[in-house]
Amino acid sequence: MAFELSKESVQSDFIKKIEELSGEEISACYHCGKCSAGCPSAMAMDLLPNQIIRAIQLGDIETLKTSNTPWICASCVTCYVRCPRGIDLCSIMEAVRQMTLRTNKDHIDIKKYTGELASLPPIAVVSALRKMSS
Amino acid sequence: MKEIIYYPGCTLKNTAKNFEDSAIACSEALDFKLHELKDWYCCGTVYSLTSDDLMHHIATVRNLLRVQEEGQERFTTLCSMCYNTLKRSSKRINENENDRETLNSFMDEEENNYEGKVDIIHYLQILRDEIGFDIIKEKVKRPLKNLKLAPYYGCLLLRPNEVAIDDPDSPSILEDLITAMGAEAVYFPFKNECCGAYETVAEVDLVVERAHNIIGNAKRNGADAILVSCPLCAFNLDNRQKEVLEKYPDFEGIPVLYFTQALALALGLDPDVCRFDLNYQPVEDLVRGIEQ
Repeated sequence: MAFELSKESVQSDFIKKIEELSGEEISACYHCGKCSAGCPSAMAMDLLPNQIIRAIQLGDIETLKTSNTPWICASCVTCYVRCPRGIDLCSIMEAVRQMTLRTNKDHIDIKKYTGELASLPPIAVVSALRKMSS
Repeated sequence: MKEIIYYPGCTLKNTAKNFEDSAIACSEALDFKLHELKDWYCCGTVYSLTSDDLMHHIATVRNLLRVQEEGQERFTTLCSMCYNTLKRSSKRINENENDRETLNSFMDEEENNYEGKVDIIHYLQILRDEIGFDIIKEKVKRPLKNLKLAPYYGCLLLRPNEVAIDDPDSPSILEDLITAMGAEAVYFPFKNECCGAYETVAEVDLVVERAHNIIGNAKRNGADAILVSCPLCAFNLDNRQKEVLEKYPDFEGIPVLYFTQALALALGLDPDVCRFDLNYQPVEDLVRGIEQ
């Protein structure tokens, strides 16, 4: 079912929690699209980076929970250094990931990748687990 | 001889031993000594971005405390991920007394409290700011003539602004090093585009695409090799060329070197210190070309 915008959704605690975790002001974004234009991984995302902010502004939690975008974001910080509003979108993406991880749901099952793990640099494995498991 | 405490991090003792060995050899040739930090911990590899997640800064702070206990207020590292994590964490903890108090109370088994004064600099900053590229140029014994190198910065040396070792959108520190070594730095617009980082664990396709774009850009601009300063960038741009070739059969490989490996060659050191056996793409032809 399509998302229904309401007074309750735009005033939800979810938005406040994301603001608290990320330290950013969600309403500061005016959707110039610079983050999405410069994002090197946007081609693999189902929602563009600024669309993630839009979903948070509207309180569209379902869309956020099902999007792959926060999990594709590797915190490369290109968006943040270019944002004309100075918004640290990487921290917002982290907050969205944390909202899932803190319900004890992992995004990555490391057992699936055991074949290749030994050949990967330790920093790859540690950071993937830090970012995508609880 | 100048001395500085050196933090290796997990990967320089593992897949990136070629980075560590060549860097130690270069530093000795340039008259500064790296002292490995005693009892160092893994830094955690990524900086915790959420405001309430202090727990994940403990690994960083323990390293800062070890440096403090050696009577020093600064140390250096080579890996870009370690640099970024240690630098961002130290900024937060050094500038925020409440956070520092909380972390010190977490670490109540430690003999000393962390006082918030330790800073980290990257090895490249030592080369630029303390030795100087003009001195390095004088010490070059085997100029890398006719070699065209693409300087790849990746993300973590340059972003965010407050930890950048150079201009985040238009850096030149690696280009200046390349010129000092007698090689040519090629125009390389993809030099600070993300390689996909840890997505290499679960999203190999994404990293293959990123690597194909970045390497293609370096090659179109005439590069003979790519220089990197991060073991994860090195893995994604070097080892992942295997998967790039599987996806794009007309793809031609290109060697990927740590900047310290190129520097060791330029300084006339024994190529054995470069441990080229750990590079995925063969580097022998490139080395032979320099020696002739």
